[in-house]
This record gives sequence, structure tokens and C-alpha cells, in this order.
Amino acid sequence: MEKNTNYLVGVFGDEDIMIKAVKALRKKGVNIYEVFTPYPVHFLEDALGYKRSWMPKAAFGFGALGTTCAILLQSWIMGFEWPMIIGGKGFIAIPDFVPITFELTVLFSAFGMAGSFFVSQDLKPYKVPQIFDRRQSDDKHIMAIDLAANKLSEDEIKALLSEAGAEEVNNKSFTEKEKKGSFIDYVVDLFTNGVTDSARELKG
Amino acid sequence: MQIVSKVREPLVTGGKTYKDITEDVCRPVEGSPSMGWFAGMALSLCLLLAGGAFLGEMLWSGIGRWGLNKTVQWAWDITNFVWWVGIGHAGTLISAVLLLFRQKWRTSINRAAEAMTIFAVICAAIWPVVHMGRPWIGGIWALPLPNTYGSLWVNFNSPLLWDVFAISTYFSVSLVFWFIGLVPDFATIRDRAIKPIPRLIYGALSMGFNGSAKTWMHYEAVSLILAGLSTPLVLSVHTIVSMDFATSVIPGWHTTIFPPYFVAGAIFSGFAMVLTLMLVTRKLYKLEDYITMEHIEMMSLVVTITGSVVGIAYITEFVIAWYSGVEYEQYAFVNRMTGQYWWAYWSMMGCNVISPQVFYFKKLRTSIPFIFFISIVVNIGMWFERFVIIVTSLHRDFLPSSWVYFTPTIYDVMCYVFTFGLFFTLFLAFAKYFPVVNMAEVKSVLKSSDTKVYKSRRTISNEVVPEADRVPVDL
Repeated sequence: MEKNTNYLVGVFGDEDIMIKAVKALRKKGVNIYEVFTPYPVHFLEDALGYKRSWMPKAAFGFGALGTTCAILLQSWIMGFEWPMIIGGKGFIAIPDFVPITFELTVLFSAFGMAGSFFVSQDLKPYKVPQIFDRRQSDDKHIMAIDLAANKLSEDEIKALLSEAGAEEVNNKSFTEKEKKGSFIDYVVDLFTNGVTDSARELKG
Repeated sequence: MQIVSKVREPLVTGGKTYKDITEDVCRPVEGSPSMGWFAGMALSLCLLLAGGAFLGEMLWSGIGRWGLNKTVQWAWDITNFVWWVGIGHAGTLISAVLLLFRQKWRTSINRAAEAMTIFAVICAAIWPVVHMGRPWIGGIWALPLPNTYGSLWVNFNSPLLWDVFAISTYFSVSLVFWFIGLVPDFATIRDRAIKPIPRLIYGALSMGFNGSAKTWMHYEAVSLILAGLSTPLVLSVHTIVSMDFATSVIPGWHTTIFPPYFVAGAIFSGFAMVLTLMLVTRKLYKLEDYITMEHIEMMSLVVTITGSVVGIAYITEFVIAWYSGVEYEQYAFVNRMTGQYWWAYWSMMGCNVISPQVFYFKKLRTSIPFIFFISIVVNIGMWFERFVIIVTSLHRDFLPSSWVYFTPTIYDVMCYVFTFGLFFTLFLAFAKYFPVVNMAEVKSVLKSSDTKVYKSRRTISNEVVPEADRVPVDL
């Protein structure tokens, strides 16, 4: 299996140092592949120059769909499909439809948005994530830099990372198999070789 | 960047680091459970099985096994339903409403409180299902299905149908909210796994979450909007539950104060249940540095405030009945206080209005055994509240010849016990296999609990901070 080192991984222990480092590196023209953090770090997305999340739009769109469906469903059933006089009310008694319209709006909005999140971020139970350093979900902020996407040399970026306060600078590469991220390969590998990397100490 | 209060105690004490948080929360998940856990699980399973036997027998023979009669057609079943749904409300209040209000102390209790919400709603949902007598076809009655089953469409003018939609939306949206909160923590456990099976299971549960800045950005937006959606949702749920009664014509039920009064009562009983559970979990899991005395005090104060709101609602109801000039309405309320069910009414008043007032005393709201005791008293009181509303309004029918006294049978009691067994079994299973504290969120508030900042904040506490130790706080 071919192993080419193509990522530089900077490990940071503090969110403020990491954000400053992101800004400093971007100023120097370094292209940062991605930063992985154990908890949401506010203003990191600004430092990385990401566009604002479009999730609110998804929520609104699905919510509006829910409202429409609820009104149409109730009006059609109660007003056209099988009209019935209940308590002397009109067939299409709008005030009575408010609670269910509200509930369906919330239901569609929440599920639509959560679904958009999982699908757009490619999160699924059989996903095999590419992990640069397992400590990313524990106490370290991990900055990954794709060397192929940068003009600066490996040593220059290394120096920049250390200067910006990285505790460690490591090399990381993924095998072709890992890049493919096949779930079956992952499971087979897990049960033949066992767990080979963990944020905890591996025993034995 | 953090906004740091100058007067609040730190959110996490004991000088914990990020690594300590991971270790402390993951330890119970990764290790084998304690004897206390096994004892609790055994007890819950006993309740579940004993109650389940009676519930099964009741489903086999019919709901005539319950103490219901022609006059009191609703009693323990709907009381338990409202009680369990109410308990669920605190979880959403903590995770959603307090998120919108940027109350960071919620971070260490929201996971467990939300789990409690979900399990409480499951226990609540059992009641409307089994009270239909034939639950296997009940699902068809409640869903908006066309006329192929031989009956008409469901009635969209009925609050009972609104309730079906409200409870199922509430349950599923809470579940999504809870799961999304769990994903990053599952990823932590996955990354810490040293055996293939846990890595695979927690890997699947974490959905391959890798904590990238982009995912976190969307994640934050999703949690904030889910909080925004859950807030009116949680208010709507108990509002609609109260409409089951308020839209009827029964004196004692037909009141416009019901929606806010039910919502306040729900938060009240929910916080009491959170206290009951958290005081035990905190001790068993040694989470004293995360769920601090400050957290417990805050929750106790919420109990006092909502208890007072409920008390005002009781009095308002009574005054309005008098002011309405409707003698049937007046009788319903006088009968509650002085009729055959006076003991239930006064238990309710004592437990809900008087008992939470003790938390005005700092000594009492910082005494853990005492808070634990009051939290249980409050939940007993809230059960009586629903019982009083439901049974005392029904047992004096329009015709005096139909007046009866309702007495529960062993089936009423044991079906209620079943839901307790279910609730505690689910909660204990959660406490073993899931991280009980939201690690990612607690880590994100750790910096504002830094000891240096903390020193400058203790301005109103008894300890005077020397000038040299004061650190300027960036507000």
C-alpha cells in the first residue's frame, strides 16, 4: 500500500491560540484544509472564512412546507372530502386548525433541517470518517493542512505552525483504502487487526 | 470572547481540564457498572415486570379492571398521562429555553434532563394508548387515515386529536434534538474505544462525526434553531393537553386559565423530577464538579417560582369561579376544598404551594437531602393536582343520582407502577451506555470557569478578593 505524506497536522491545546494561528496562517497565504475541534469554537468559521450556515433557510423552507401541508390536509378532509357539522362550526374552521398546523410546521421544520444537516455533512451510521488525530474529540484542536494545495514548502509551514503555538506538528497521510472509506473494508480491518489508534492508551 | 459574569460562581469547579471532562464522563460508559446501578436496575425491572403483569391482564380482560365507572370515566389513566407529560417539560425547558436565554449552567444537566423528557413522554404515551382498551386498533383510530376502515376521518376540531399531533411531534422533535446533541459525544467515545465492538457501535451512533469546523458551524445553527422550535413546541404541548379539559363544558374544567397554569405546573413538576434524578446521578457518578451546588440552587429556585405561579393559578381559578356567578362552577370549586376529596385538594395545596416556599432560605436550598425530599413532595403534589382536577370535576355529575366516589383498584395502581419501572429502567440504561453529561457543551463553557477569571468574579460572595488577585474581565 502506497503511503504518501500529504497532510501536515498541527495540534493546539487552546482555542484562542488556535484561532490566532488560523488567522496568522491564512494571512501568510497558507491554505488550511480543515480544523477539527472537540467542541464548537465560536468565530472559528469567521477566521476560516466560511460562509454562514444555510441551515436556517432549510428550516424555514421545510417549515413553510409543513404549514402548507397541514392547512391543505385539514381543509380538504373537513371541508371537501367528508364535510361534517361538528358543534355548529363551519366546515373549514380555521381557528381549530391552528394547533395541528403549528405542530406540523415544527415537525417538518425540525426533521427537514436535521435531515439536511445529516445529508449535507454526509453523516450516516456507516460513514468511515477520515480522522487526522483521535485527540480531536478529547482535548486538542487539530489543524490539517494539505501540502498539495499549498505553494509554501513543508518546512515553511511547519515553522509557521510552531511559531503560531502548535504543541506538535505531525505528518499524516491516508492509504488509498482509507481515502475510499468503504465501510465493509473498515469492519473487516477492525476485526482482523483490532483497534490500532485511540485517544486512550491501547493495552497489550 | 466569552461573556463572563462577575457575580456567578464558576460553572465547573475543581479545576477540571478538557481531558478531565472526557475522562469523568466516559468512565462510567467504558467501565463496568457499580453495584448501586445493578441494584437500581434490578428494582426497576421488578417494578416493570410486576406492573407489566397487571397491565397485560388489564389489556386481556379490558379496562373494566380499572376503578372507572359511568360517572368517573377518566381517572388515574389521564392523571398519569398529564403527570408524565408535565415531567417531560423540564428537559426541553433546560435544553431549549435556557439555550435561547444563553444560560450556560444548563450545559451539564441538559443531557440527562432531555433523556428524562423522552422517557417521561414514552411513559405518558402509554396511557392514551392503553385507555382505548384495544390499543392494537387504536393507532388506526388516531391517525388521519381515509374512510377505508369503516369509520370517518379523524375530527380535526377535537383537542384530543390535537394532542395526538402535539405529543407525537414533541416526542420526535425532542428525540432529534437529543440525538443531535449526543452525536459529538458518541464520536468522543468512538475515538476512545480500544475494542472493535464499542468502536463500531459508537461509530455508527456518531454517524461518522469528525468535529470539523464546517460541521460544527452547521451543527450550531441546527441546535439553535431546534431550540427555537422546541420552545414554542413545549409550550404548545401542555397548552393542548390542558385544552383536552378546557374546551369541554364540565364545571371545573371549562376554564381559560388552564393553558398557562398547566405549562407552569409542568415545568414545576419537571424540575422537581430533574432534581430527584440529578441528585442521585451526581452522587453515583461523582459529578459534583459539574453539577455544582449552584446548579442545584438554580433548579430549586425554578421550583419555587413555578410553584408560586401554580399557587396563584389555584387562587385565581377559585376567585374567578366565585366572580362568574355560575353556581355550578362555584360548587365545583367549593366541592374540591370541602367535598369528599378534600384530602386530595389539601395535599395538592400543601405539596405544591406551601412546600416549595422553603427554598427562600439559603440553608434549605443548599441542603441536598432536604431538596431531594422536597422534589419528591412536589411530584406527589403535582400528581394530586391532576387527580383533583379530573376526578373531583367528574364525580359530581349533572344528575345527583349519578354522584359517586371513585376508588382505584389494584390494576390502577399497578399500571402506574409499570410506568415507573419503565421510566427508571430506561433512565438507568441511558446512564450506563450514554454519556450523562454533554461533554462538548461543558468543554465549551470551561473557559468561563477558569480559576483566574473566577477570582475576579467573587465580588458578592463572602470572600473578599485581594486587589492583587483581581483580573480584569473582558465584558
